[in-house]
Amino acid sequence: MATERRFRVWRGDAKGGDFHDYTVPVEEGEVVLDVMHRLQAQQANDLAVRWNCKAGKCGSCSAEVNGHPTLMCMTRMSDFPPDDVVTVSPIRTFPVIRDLVTDVSFNYEVAKRIVPFQPRPMTEEEKEAGSYLLAQEDIDRLQEFRKCIECFLCQNVCHVIRDHEENKRNFAGPRFFIRNAELEMHPLDTADRRDQLQDEFGLGYCNITKCCTEVCPEGIHITDNGIIPLKERVVDKRYDPIAWLGRKIGFAKDQRRL
Amino acid sequence: MAARVATGEPETAGGRASISARTLRKDAWWRSPATTAGVLLAFVIYSTWAAFQTTDYTWEPYISPFFSPCIADACHGSSSTWSFVPWWPLPAILILIFPLGFRLTCYYYRKAYYRAFWLAPPACAVAEPHRRYTGETRFPLVLQNIHRYFLYFAVIFNIILSYDAIVAFRDHSGAWGHMGLGTLVLLINAALLWTYTLGCHSCRHLCGGKLNIFSRHRFRLRLWKFVSWFNERHMQFAWASLVWVALSDVYVRLVASGLIHDPRFF
Ligand code: SF4
Ligand code: SF4
Ligand code: FES
Ligand code: FES
Repeated sequence: MATERRFRVWRGDAKGGDFHDYTVPVEEGEVVLDVMHRLQAQQANDLAVRWNCKAGKCGSCSAEVNGHPTLMCMTRMSDFPPDDVVTVSPIRTFPVIRDLVTDVSFNYEVAKRIVPFQPRPMTEEEKEAGSYLLAQEDIDRLQEFRKCIECFLCQNVCHVIRDHEENKRNFAGPRFFIRNAELEMHPLDTADRRDQLQDEFGLGYCNITKCCTEVCPEGIHITDNGIIPLKERVVDKRYDPIAWLGRKIGFAKDQRRL
Repeated sequence: MAARVATGEPETAGGRASISARTLRKDAWWRSPATTAGVLLAFVIYSTWAAFQTTDYTWEPYISPFFSPCIADACHGSSSTWSFVPWWPLPAILILIFPLGFRLTCYYYRKAYYRAFWLAPPACAVAEPHRRYTGETRFPLVLQNIHRYFLYFAVIFNIILSYDAIVAFRDHSGAWGHMGLGTLVLLINAALLWTYTLGCHSCRHLCGGKLNIFSRHRFRLRLWKFVSWFNERHMQFAWASLVWVALSDVYVRLVASGLIHDPRFF
């Protein structure tokens, strides 16, 4: 049975815009994206909304519902009290194209600057086998990072750039920290990404307040398993005097490659 | 419409949607930072008060964790007396620097106080009030990177406090093989401090997180998995151990001042 529910949807573009009020019938079991589609079909044919899978897997439908960064296709209407006026707005951190659609190309630009995977040469045994030989326990930890669907909700919620547009120049953002973590912890990789992380990607801007982790629809422990281990690895190289001395004297080896 | 975006940028800086509200969240997002601030403040006030109360912090065989190891003559006659600085009037101040530094630079507490006190950010998707933000890239916050050195001291302190819990298996006259409520209090205190310390992110890194090829380091892989269990619960252990350390101090004081009688189990 459909019930009439009230919504405030942000309409506009980079030149300006505002919230518009709508009343839309909602069926049982529906998600916010369903409602936006009905709104588009019945009342606001020009409403711009991006989506693809409606299954929480493509990362296209990121928006903010009642101020919470979330995937519209994974946000159930039953989560809100029936008399609630549900606010739907575009993700705040990126330029708006129109209505609920934003331009997330900042993220693609950052991605281009990441040092690509640089595997070590194959061993004789591996050449014979025709592929690298990996132990499961060496790649277990990386699987979590590969779950990322690039919804950029973590990039959107991160206060470093959400509240400070000017920091975009110096900050890669949580999604790209875990991409770096995946490469940095890879058993085959030979590149050293730590200086770039600290100097160019702004790892030090992150104050580990964990909002990225809170909003990640894939439940990736971005901060605990990605960012903090990276910070510790940077400390090894840059801020730990004993480790530094050990390397100078020559008895401390780079444990990442041992 | 609510207040302008606190950054002072024009509303559509960076071509963003012009939404002036600081947040569109309607839930009680302030409750969590407010609670954190309240508990942390209460602890700071209590421990500052306690540090200056240089009597009644020890009653054989117990000693308050704020004053252990007993490095000043002021606490002669207590469980673990190592009189390094007999002239020093306020032993707790010297001692508290280390656990304080450990907790101040702890990755979890950083999150807690950056949110609760520094409001950077107060809660997710709630704009912070600061004009500029450089995080932990500059002095003094860049010093957070020495956290692992506080970890080393924390391990030493945990050993001393575990020792205090063991010597608490004596009676008031020093005979072994006895236990009172105070023994239990100090035992739980030591145990909670270990659970907190083992879950430290620096500890996790040093135990094995820094390795890339676990399969060549079986033992460290197991160690890493072991401390990771504590690491996942680091926040819970951080609060539990903080509250309990203060309660332990309260308990020893109550007994030492004669306000309550330490119930003896055997
Ligand atoms: S933990 Fe760091 S990267 Fe994640 S949202 Fe907070 S500041 Fe940004
Ligand atoms: S890490 Fe999580 S929140 Fe960030 S882009 Fe990937 S899936 Fe989205
Ligand atoms: S439409 Fe694909 S994640 Fe929502
Ligand atoms: S004690 Fe919390 S991270 Fe080290």
